[in-house]
Amino acid sequence: MLMSHYLVVAGILFSIGMFGVLLRRNTLVMLMCLELMLNAVNLLFVAFSRYNLNLDGNLFVFFAITVAAAEVAVGLAIVVALFKRKDTVQVDAFTEMKN
Amino acid sequence: MQDFLFYFLSALTLISGLMVPVSKNPVNGAMYMILCLIGTAGLFALLGSYFMAALQVLVYAGAIMVLFIFIIMLINAPAETKRKRDIPSLIAAAIAFLMLTVGFVMMAMSPELNQPMPALEDAETLAAEGAIPFDGSAKSYGFGLYGKYMLPIQVMGFLLLAAMVGVIHLSKDLHARSQAMLKVKENASE
Amino acid sequence: MTQSDWIDLLVKAGLGLTVIFSLMTMAGMSVLAERKVCGFIQGRLGPNRTTLPLIGSIPIIGRAITRLGLFQLLADGIKFLFKEETVPGHVKKFYYNLAPIVVILPSLIAVAVLPFGTYTNAEGVTAPLILANVDIGILVILASSSLGVYGTVLAGWAANSKYPFLGGIRASAQMISYELALGLAIVPVFLWANAPGSDVALGLTGIVSFQESHWFVYLMPFTALLFLITLFAETNRAPFDMAESETDLVGGFHTEYGAFKFGMFFIGEYAHIVFGSALFVVLFLGGFNFLPMLADPWPAGILGAVLSTLWFIIKTAALIFLFIWVRWTLPRFRFDQVMHLGWKILLPLAIVNLVVVMIFLAIITPTAS
Repeated sequence: MLMSHYLVVAGILFSIGMFGVLLRRNTLVMLMCLELMLNAVNLLFVAFSRYNLNLDGNLFVFFAITVAAAEVAVGLAIVVALFKRKDTVQVDAFTEMKN
Repeated sequence: MQDFLFYFLSALTLISGLMVPVSKNPVNGAMYMILCLIGTAGLFALLGSYFMAALQVLVYAGAIMVLFIFIIMLINAPAETKRKRDIPSLIAAAIAFLMLTVGFVMMAMSPELNQPMPALEDAETLAAEGAIPFDGSAKSYGFGLYGKYMLPIQVMGFLLLAAMVGVIHLSKDLHARSQAMLKVKENASE
Repeated sequence: MTQSDWIDLLVKAGLGLTVIFSLMTMAGMSVLAERKVCGFIQGRLGPNRTTLPLIGSIPIIGRAITRLGLFQLLADGIKFLFKEETVPGHVKKFYYNLAPIVVILPSLIAVAVLPFGTYTNAEGVTAPLILANVDIGILVILASSSLGVYGTVLAGWAANSKYPFLGGIRASAQMISYELALGLAIVPVFLWANAPGSDVALGLTGIVSFQESHWFVYLMPFTALLFLITLFAETNRAPFDMAESETDLVGGFHTEYGAFKFGMFFIGEYAHIVFGSALFVVLFLGGFNFLPMLADPWPAGILGAVLSTLWFIIKTAALIFLFIWVRWTLPRFRFDQVMHLGWKILLPLAIVNLVVVMIFLAIITPTAS
């Protein structure tokens, strides 16, 4: 397939992820849409790596997946700690620093 | 055959990706996310990176999403109830989505990028200076990771260690512990 | 898609269906073997009365089949098919129907990368019998066992009740904890087989052809023991079957499941056991090689293919017998003991074993230029 097709797929996936982060108020769903964005970027890396016949792009996907794993672990630990304090995961509830 | 696979996999990825922010129940969203990740792994395999496809399913869909599903089920977050329609936020998100999508599509249609994928056999000749030529075998990944990118691998090890220590510290209930220790002090001083 | 593309696809689909069918048959026979062997261990005969009306009265063969209990297999299968399917009203319908399918899928997917025989054609060229000879065979197997965790989690959660949920969470926590030690126990095998300059990479056919001279089970026995223990825990099999212990959690994660879906869980678990045994045979017991120093006495052509596949199945059956033997001998662990064993004992041991094998290989392997 043409290179542009892969770019369009990755671009739409990234936009969907951003749309989800802006729209949803549930912290867990926001984290999942963040992972969607990271996934779209991984797809872009692999597509460009194949286009330029360069393995370095694939190797960077390896590091991106590892960083995503670490980030998800810490993010979910934070969400659980917040849930223990406030008994909800809606982002609107965490406004203690307002005013 | 490749065309049919590409259209099928990208339709799977995009549709399940769209259902992730749209579904009301977070568990449904997590299931759609797993489907999206498996579709992306299929696209990786179409692009010749079989190692990355297997790794994506192993790590992303098999470990990270399991963690998500555990947390969603244990927190038992209810499905989003009817809250008042936040129309300005919806319009803003839709405008951002459209701008980004249109920008991407216009950039993708430019003549430099509207080319078919080059053949894999010219990998040696066409690769840039100092870059590792493209090779689908697991051996070249090993040589690349532990040869050229040895330092980032070690840094990843430390990053995972730091993440583990952070998670263990964050999941200790310090508030309850400090209350309990205060009570012990009170009982001891009486 | 051209004509030859379609024919190619159909041939591959047919071969895949054949392998799946044989895996399911072996899973069914291991259900029967479990009941007979458990009976013999406990000092009684297993099922030996079920007969079919006409076939059972054939003079010698009919009685032999009845006493072996082979008709019991048929009877159980038909019972599961025809029993009334009661779906409780309080379950989450979609995930309730999806969970048994997700439990069976991993073994069926991963069996595509297992080499089970060898075929020598007329010119003398030997080729392993395998559905998909990919470079990354073991990663496909690890990925499919990672996806197998979802079946138990979904089954426990879909039932919408306390005990199955707890059973599902416990079973999947156990599976993901022992996956780590499993992966670390597999790495020394690939380290040894990948001498500098070989192209075994991560494929299983290379492991089998490396074991033509010596088998890994006596070259690194501790790794084989570690792999076996983590395999017991991965397949939720005693002494690690906390999740399904009847005394504790009623039925565990499959409490709310009725006739055919429970049958699918059952068969899925045994298919996982058969697949795990086949993986152990490929990695440590030499696959389809005949004996440690006598690897390839198989005649050429179809006969060699059939004989080597039969030998592989015999080795797998021996290992399934070991599974059943261990289940009915050892008492089961408590859940916190299972977690303690997985994280605090097996994981450090696997890492130490990996380092020891690495140092050993660094000493005995001549350094390549």
